[in-house]
Amino acid sequence: MRRSAYPLKADTLKKIRRRERAIKVLLYSFLFITALPIIIGYSWLFLNSFSERLVYGLIPEQLTLKNWSFLWKPPSPYYPSLWRTFANTLILGLGMVIAVVGISTPAAYVLSRMKFPGRIEILAGTLILHSFPGITLLISLYYVLRTLGLLNTVVGVFLVKAGLMMPFAIWVMKGFFDGIPWDVERAALVDGATRFQTWYKVMLPQVKPGIGAISIFAFLSGWSEYIYVITFIHDKRSWTLSSYVNSIIGDYRFLDYGLLASTALFYMLPVLVFFLFAQRYLLQVSIGGMKGGG
Amino acid sequence: MAQVRLVKLRKEFGKVVAVNDLSLEIKDGEFIAMLGPSGCGKTTTLLMIAGIYYPTRGEIYFDDVLMNEVPPKDRHVGLVFQSYALYPHMTVYQNIAFPLRLAKKSKREIDEKVHEVARLTQIEDLLDRMPSQLSGGQQQRVALCRALVKEPEVLLLDEPLSNLDARLRIETRAEIKRLQQELGITTILVTHDQVEAMTMAERIAVLHQGVLQQYGPPNELYDAPRNLFVASFIGDPPMNLVRVRYEIKEGRPCLVAGDFALPLSSEWVQRIEKSGEREFTLGIRPEDMNLLFNEQDHAFPGRVSLIEPLGGAVLVHIHAGSARFRVLTSREKQIFLGNQVWVQPKLEKLQLFLPDGRSIRELYEA
Repeated sequence: MRRSAYPLKADTLKKIRRRERAIKVLLYSFLFITALPIIIGYSWLFLNSFSERLVYGLIPEQLTLKNWSFLWKPPSPYYPSLWRTFANTLILGLGMVIAVVGISTPAAYVLSRMKFPGRIEILAGTLILHSFPGITLLISLYYVLRTLGLLNTVVGVFLVKAGLMMPFAIWVMKGFFDGIPWDVERAALVDGATRFQTWYKVMLPQVKPGIGAISIFAFLSGWSEYIYVITFIHDKRSWTLSSYVNSIIGDYRFLDYGLLASTALFYMLPVLVFFLFAQRYLLQVSIGGMKGGG
Repeated sequence: MAQVRLVKLRKEFGKVVAVNDLSLEIKDGEFIAMLGPSGCGKTTTLLMIAGIYYPTRGEIYFDDVLMNEVPPKDRHVGLVFQSYALYPHMTVYQNIAFPLRLAKKSKREIDEKVHEVARLTQIEDLLDRMPSQLSGGQQQRVALCRALVKEPEVLLLDEPLSNLDARLRIETRAEIKRLQQELGITTILVTHDQVEAMTMAERIAVLHQGVLQQYGPPNELYDAPRNLFVASFIGDPPMNLVRVRYEIKEGRPCLVAGDFALPLSSEWVQRIEKSGEREFTLGIRPEDMNLLFNEQDHAFPGRVSLIEPLGGAVLVHIHAGSARFRVLTSREKQIFLGNQVWVQPKLEKLQLFLPDGRSIRELYEA
């Protein structure tokens, strides 16, 4: 009889299964350990905000809502109204979305589809701007904003931020536009659309995932902005949440960890909720983006 | 419906001349094909007619009105793309309705017309689907509907069948021809597939490297190709082309290639003498040769080297000296590999091409 090429012994399968299980255990332990700092960090924040004191830095003692009183009454006269600050932060985020989407979408379309002198230079220029560390512009931007009378305003900050984000947004959107076949656009032109109608009715709906993606990025980048806010906004009426949290850390008072934890949580909450709802959509976006607009 | 006239149309992309002084007339309601290998400028010409590209030089007339500067939306053309180019974010219904919506037609009229063309192409039950849910053949029909729904003056088809499987292609071919005859729209089909062009079009314009080679009814192109390119491009199985020399052999004027010699009729001798040339390319279609088992007049000997059954007929490959021929013959003939046979071309079907590729038939009357 011919010897089989597959001499399967009874315990071979068992061995394979045991090894697979061992690998799984190892993998999960590794993931757990690497995730530990994040888990500890967030639980510290959460527990701290709801307790008087933490024993050994992690075990809460005496649950309380005292740390959250900043919601209805500023922790000290030094602080501006929380809700005004919240509104400013929201304006910063939404202003970013409007400015970035409003400018990068048509700009990306033109760069993707039209031939004109200087097109390559503009594309290269945006890349240079993108690789430029924004922090080096801090002082010059300060002068620019002061000259324009935009110092101490949220508008000034989101214009600067939006400008710096533009290269990234334009390249993302250009990728999406590049992914739409020429024929689809030509079909619209032949079907009787003007160039603008073609852009608006045929092209824009196809780059919706891209618009979604840059909107999310723009909002988060505005919402969490720190350096520019701290540098350009001193007037407390124009503070955003990052200035608020910052002032709790680096202030005249002794550091109140309970207050810091609760304001930080408050700052984070909208983003967390947002992620919870947008997670599935965000995943689709990244896939669509990689394909260049599918 | 409109008559289309191209006058010395030229398109250059940088240094590349895509379309080289193309002049063409398409009659009102006529179905023509622009045929050529890829890169011959046929799609560029089509896009110029549609108004997507502007010509570098030359004129495009619809019904004697100059169209050069008219934007695509005002040209009243319907265009079916090779890729179909359906709007992926719209349903089939919305896709077909799009041109009408842009033309600001009433809702009722749009609804009527969409259903009318959908019925015509039998896609009525697909109207609620998205393009991504359709097969290639269905997408193709939707694209055709979208082009037809606005009742265009000129219908432009850019390789509409090349993405369909062989079976569907044959069906759709017939269907498009039927629709065109029914609606009587002036139609220009762009294709690289000569069978498509032959079966569908009333006249075919053969293009090569941006230059018009020949423009005429399918049979004319088949029977009397004006040059070597048309001869080699049209016909399946392709025409046999053999380099030959005109010589007098054993007192008879012959075309000679190695040990192969074809004795000529006096008619051909006259033409050849007029041309003053000695070197030619001989062209003869596979079906224009008789296979014989013994020597006869105007026949040359050869050996069977390959037999390809085609179902209804048999394609026999024959070595004759250094020359090789494909001969189409009926399958009743008992032919075996290695047989010694005689091949007798129908002399009246012979084509001879000058070294520059032009056909001697056209140039020199017998």
